[in-house]
Parts: sequence; C-alpha cells; structure tokens
Amino acid sequence: MTESVLINISLAILFLPLLGFLVTLLLGKKIKSIYLFEVFIITVVLISSIAVAFGKLSYFIDDKIISEIEWFRLSETFAVKLGFMIDNITVLMLFVVSLISTLVHFFSIAYMKGDERYNRYFAYLGIFTFSMNGIVLTHNILMMYIFWELVGLSSYLLIGFWFEKKSASDASKKAFLVNRIGDIGMFAGILILFLTYNTFSFEQIFASIGAGKLPFNSDFWLSVTGILLFMGAVGKSAQFPLHVWLPDAMEGPTPVSALIHAATMVAAGVYLTVRIFGLLTADAMMFIAVIGMLSAFIPATIALTQNDIKKVLAYSTVSQLGYMIMALGVGAYKFAFFHLVTHAFFKACLFLGSGSVIHAMHHEQDIRNMGGLKKKLPLTYATFLISSLAISGIPLTSGFLSKDGILASAFAFGSLTGYWIFAIVGFLVALLTAFYMFRLIILTFHGEPRDHHKFEHAHESPFVMAMPLAVLATLSIFFFYTPNPLSADQGWFFSKWIDKPVLYAPNSTRFDFMQSEVVDHKIESEQVSEHHSEHGEITYSEKYTEAMHNAHYPAMFLSLFVAVLGIFTAFVFYQWKKVDVEKLAGSIKPLYNFSLNKWYFDEFYHKTFVAGLLVLSKIIYWFDSTIVDGIVNGTATVTKAVSTFTGGFDKYVVDGLVKFMAYLSGFFGLLFRRIQTGKVQTYIVLVIFSIIILFFFF
Amino acid sequence: MEVGLNHFLVVSTFLFSMGIYAIVTRKNAIMVLMGVELILNSANINFIAFTRFGNFGLQGHLIALFVIVLAAAEAAIALAIVLNIYKTLSTVNIDEIDNLKD
Repeated sequence: MTESVLINISLAILFLPLLGFLVTLLLGKKIKSIYLFEVFIITVVLISSIAVAFGKLSYFIDDKIISEIEWFRLSETFAVKLGFMIDNITVLMLFVVSLISTLVHFFSIAYMKGDERYNRYFAYLGIFTFSMNGIVLTHNILMMYIFWELVGLSSYLLIGFWFEKKSASDASKKAFLVNRIGDIGMFAGILILFLTYNTFSFEQIFASIGAGKLPFNSDFWLSVTGILLFMGAVGKSAQFPLHVWLPDAMEGPTPVSALIHAATMVAAGVYLTVRIFGLLTADAMMFIAVIGMLSAFIPATIALTQNDIKKVLAYSTVSQLGYMIMALGVGAYKFAFFHLVTHAFFKACLFLGSGSVIHAMHHEQDIRNMGGLKKKLPLTYATFLISSLAISGIPLTSGFLSKDGILASAFAFGSLTGYWIFAIVGFLVALLTAFYMFRLIILTFHGEPRDHHKFEHAHESPFVMAMPLAVLATLSIFFFYTPNPLSADQGWFFSKWIDKPVLYAPNSTRFDFMQSEVVDHKIESEQVSEHHSEHGEITYSEKYTEAMHNAHYPAMFLSLFVAVLGIFTAFVFYQWKKVDVEKLAGSIKPLYNFSLNKWYFDEFYHKTFVAGLLVLSKIIYWFDSTIVDGIVNGTATVTKAVSTFTGGFDKYVVDGLVKFMAYLSGFFGLLFRRIQTGKVQTYIVLVIFSIIILFFFF
Repeated sequence: MEVGLNHFLVVSTFLFSMGIYAIVTRKNAIMVLMGVELILNSANINFIAFTRFGNFGLQGHLIALFVIVLAAAEAAIALAIVLNIYKTLSTVNIDEIDNLKD
C-alpha cells in the first residue's frame, strides 16, 4: 500500500456519496428502489474507509499524508489549492462517520418505510456524508469552510424533512440561522489567517506561527483568531450560547438525529477545534474551557426535567459536546478526540434506540406515556442500557475511559493553575448525566406501561433496525479501545493512534504547563537565540503528565462514585418511588420550572435578540419610510417643479419662437404667393422688367 | 442717306419690341409663338448687321442660318405643345391656362 493508493481511496470515499446523492435524487421519482443504490454506495464507502484506516495505521502511522492540486490562481505568489491531509485523526474520524452513516442508512430503511419522500431522504443522507467526509479530509481551512456550510445545508434539509409540519420547518430555519452566527466568527477568523499568512493550508499556517509570524504581530490577535475560529465550533457543536438550535433539531427524523445531531456533524465543531489546537493561546483555551463548561452544565440541568425522549438525548448531546470542548480548553487534546469517538458510538446507539422505541410506539415520544417496554423491546432495552452505562461512565464501557480521562485532565488543570471550577462542574455534570439517563431508562423501559393501548401494539424492531443498535452497543465496550478496562493510557487507540498535539503558539502565550521542551538538541544548541522556533516534538511538560497521573485515581474513583450515586438516585426516585417526585418538584417549583423551560433561553433570545431585531428593523423601516423616502419624494417634488418650469419655458418660449418663425414664413408665403399667377405672360413681363432693371444697375 | 448699322438696329429693336408686345399681350397661344418668331428674327437682323459692319467674317451668317433652323424646330415643338394643351384643356387662351400656379 502506497500513499497514492490511500489518496485515491480517500477520493472515492469523498465523492461516492455525492454520486449516490445525485443518482438517488435524480432517479428517485422514477425508480422506487433507487435508495438501495445509495445504501450500497455508503457500504462501499464504509469498506473503503476501513481500508484507509487500516492502511494508514499499519503503514504510515507516523506520517501526515498531504496531497493537493491547484484550484485557481489569484496572483503569481498565491493559488487556492484543494487537497487532502490524512493523519491518524482523519482516518479515525472517517471511519466513525462512515460507520455511523452506514448504520443509519440501514436503520432508516425500516424506520422511514412508507414515507412519501423515501428516496429523497436517502439522497440527503448521501450529500450529508459527502460534506462531512469533506470536512474530515480537507487540508485547508477554506475547503473546510465550504464543506462546513454544506453540512449546514444538509442538516437544514434533513431537520425540515417533514416540512409540512410548521415546527419542523421552523426548527430547520432556526438551526440554519443560529449556525450562521457562529460561521460569521469562523469566517472572520479565516480572513485574519489569510490576511496574515496568505494561505489557507493548516500546515503552512502552523509553520508560519511556529516561525514567529503572528496576526498583526500581537499575541492578543492570535488569541482572537483562535476564538473566532472556535466560534464556528460554537455554532456547529451547539455550544452555549448558541446551543438552542440542537434541541429543536429533533423535529427531523430520528435516524437523522442520530447521525447528524448526535454523532457526526455536531462533532465537527470539536474536530475543528482539534485541528486548530496548535494555534490556541492560553487565553483562547481559557475561553474555550469556560464555554465548554457552561455548555456541559446548563443542558445537563435542563435534561433532568424534559419529558420528550429525544429532547433528553439532545440536551445530553450538548452536554457531552461541552465536555469535549472543555477538555480541549484544559489541554486534554487526546481525551477530547477520544470522547468524540466513544460518544459518537454510544450516542448514536441511544438515538437509534429511541428511534426504535418511537417506531414501536407509533410515533409516541413522550416518556410519560411509555413504561414497561423492557418486555416488548428486549434488544432495544439491552443496547440502550449499555449505551446509558457508557454515557454515565460505568467501568468496562468506552464512556468510562474517555470521561474519566477528561475529568482527570480537568482535575490536573485545577491543580496546576488553580482553576478548580472545571473539575467541580465536570463531576457535577457526570452526576447529573447518570441521573437523567437512568431516569429516561426507568421511565421508558421499567415499571408498568402507562399507555396500555400503545403498549399492546408495541413490537420489537426488524433486523435492519436491530443490527445497527447491536453494532453500536458493542462498540461501547472498552475492548475496542484498550485492553485495560480502567485506563485508556496503554491502549492502542490512545498511545499509538492519536498523535500528541504539536503546539505552535509562542511559548509566552501558553499555559505554564504547556511550555515546549525542545528535544531536538541540535536545534537547541544552534538556535538558542531564536525565541519562536521552540516547538519541538514533545509539547506537554512532564508536569502535566505527572499531574494527570496523580489525578487519575482520585478522579476515577470520584467519577465512579458520582455515576453510581446518580444512577442510585434515579432508581430511588423513579424505580422504587421512595421519594415522591411530584412533591419534590413542587417544593422547588421555581428551580423545576427553570429547568423545564430550558433556562428560558428561547424566551430570553426572543425578548432580547428577536425583539431587539424587530425594534431595530422597525427603526430602520421608519428611517426608510420617513427619511430615505422623504429624500426620494422631496427630490421627486423638486424635479417635478423644475420640469414644470422647463416645460412652460419649452411650451411658451421655445415653441413660441418656432411657431412665430412658422407664422412669419406663412405670412410671407401668402404675400409672395400673389406673384405666382401661373400665367406665362405675367412671368415673361416680370423677366423682361427684371432684365431691364438689371441693365440699369450693372 | 447711307443706310448704316443704326438703321438695322432700330429695325431690329422695333421687331424685338413688337415680339415682346405680342408675347405679353396676345391671348392666343399661336400669336405668342408668332411673337417669339419676331424676336428670333430681330436677333437674326442683329447678327447679319453686325457681320456686315463689323469684322467677323461669316460667323454672323452662319449663326443666323443656325437660328433659322432652330426657329423651325422650335416652332414644330411649340406647336406640338400647343396642340397638346388644346387636347387636354380644350383651349389655347393663355389667360385661362394658369396650371403653373399649382
């Protein structure tokens, strides 16, 4: 296997879903079973991505494969290029995306059966996979932005897939608009990078930063650039304060929620932050950590009281994405990506499981009407339980490994910098997560059925729906990532597959514990004076590793404790009913309502931004209708007056002159006409007299 | 009394005046034509007279002959015109013919 083979397979991975999209969309109305083509294509993509991952991880594990072609040339020195960058993170992400995409395709075959736009649905899944693979594979930030908008488009199309429903079309518009806010920031960041470095390529930008070239020559602007680029992630990954679109996005079909709004597209924001990790300064990372912390905490509290099975999962997704972002903020680069992968699998499993429940209950989504489904849907229950254990962070699951790592990092960060808040909130969110997940499980699957009619008609899902659930639940087991169920450190995923991040931001702008320790002694001795070329192979100091190591066991036990506590509380509340939940909710009514109404974010945005925008547009409308129109109308009046005047001038003076001339010639015409008698003899007399006169004069 | 150039010129002038008078006053188109002939002949007399008293060789005679021929041709054409006028307007009275006015 050579590099060009990898590149060619990656090309196929990128463009096959586009082919699937076009074929399925164009022939969808003619050929009823064309969706099978799309499913076939996506399976091929999955196999190809496994091949690429295998090839990359076995033969080129330490290499970064870059291949680019020129797209168009703007000047002698600058050409926009298209290209791939394949490193370990790329192939892992490709595998995750195509695997979940494939499983969702299979799941959808049964779930969407009977929908009138069945083929179009599969076409949309195709264009989504195309654009997501584009984000993952690209080597420059401009192309990433293009695909970034394309996933936004496919998300819009799929959220509003049942556009006859007003709530669905509203939700799709909301998602699109809220995402735009983040994208504006990202675009501004891209422009700053382009202005400074005259290139879009990640590699070249990092190299220039490493060489000491900073935007506007200031550390501050480097932080600003990092934060602006991160804005894109805030929008796409539904981070506070732009998280409001994701819960509404649950109006889309459930498999779509699993694919786009849980596992892959929303993780694109995390992926972007992972990609730009090298240029983040301490300030930018602090900002990211705070945003991540808020996004982890706020939705977790909201999820406690939601009654829609998909809404609970949606808020849980925002919360977990906040975890990843917070992990990046506290410097746990590898754990953030690790959590992205594990979360993708178990959250996709949870969503597909909820899809299976909704399918079985004939589109009932309210958990208050469920209960007792354990007997009717044993397989769904089992997979849902495994995934819930994973997300709660119970040992032997993948979620335990990644979450524990993030918590340990937050712990270490606290001990190194004194900002303990991230660790505290992290553990608190872990507690809440365990609680609301098991509240969901108990209300849905345990106890007595609350809606007997629907319960009687519930049925286990067919094979194409059960198979993805089983696969995803299996991938939530620790063994796929590491042989040691308690720590991921020695696992192949961790120590071999994910590279250590290389930091390029100047040393002076980084956290103390992230200073470079130059290992290349040759460079050190030769270029001691050169301050900025200090980015070496090892970028984390021993201090951080040590702190992580020290924090590992306390964090592990503490996280295990809070997870068990959360699960236990959920059982006490909902399974054994030792505490009257209604009464408890009644006694803390304001808090309960605060959570139930999602912290009034929507209302707040409505009152401030939407209302503000309306007021602003009213002011602008007033300005337009009074001042601008006034000016226009005034000009019109003046013009009219002037033209009336010139009209009069034309009519009376100019026309008068012309008419006078005409009258004059008419007058003389009449006068001279008398001479023209028509009689030859008169003329002759005139001629003769004229001649005689001429004789006299000359 | 020697007959000199002046006598000829007086006769010629008289003929010319008679011709003009005929052209201007006659009502009948034929009479007008006859006036034209008179003018032509007065011109002929002038030519001959100048040839006779001047030193011009035979040029005057030749031109006189030429004028006679021309007069014949002119008379033929003019009569044809008069005939045509009569055909279309049923009159040769010049006073009644003022189509040139239009």
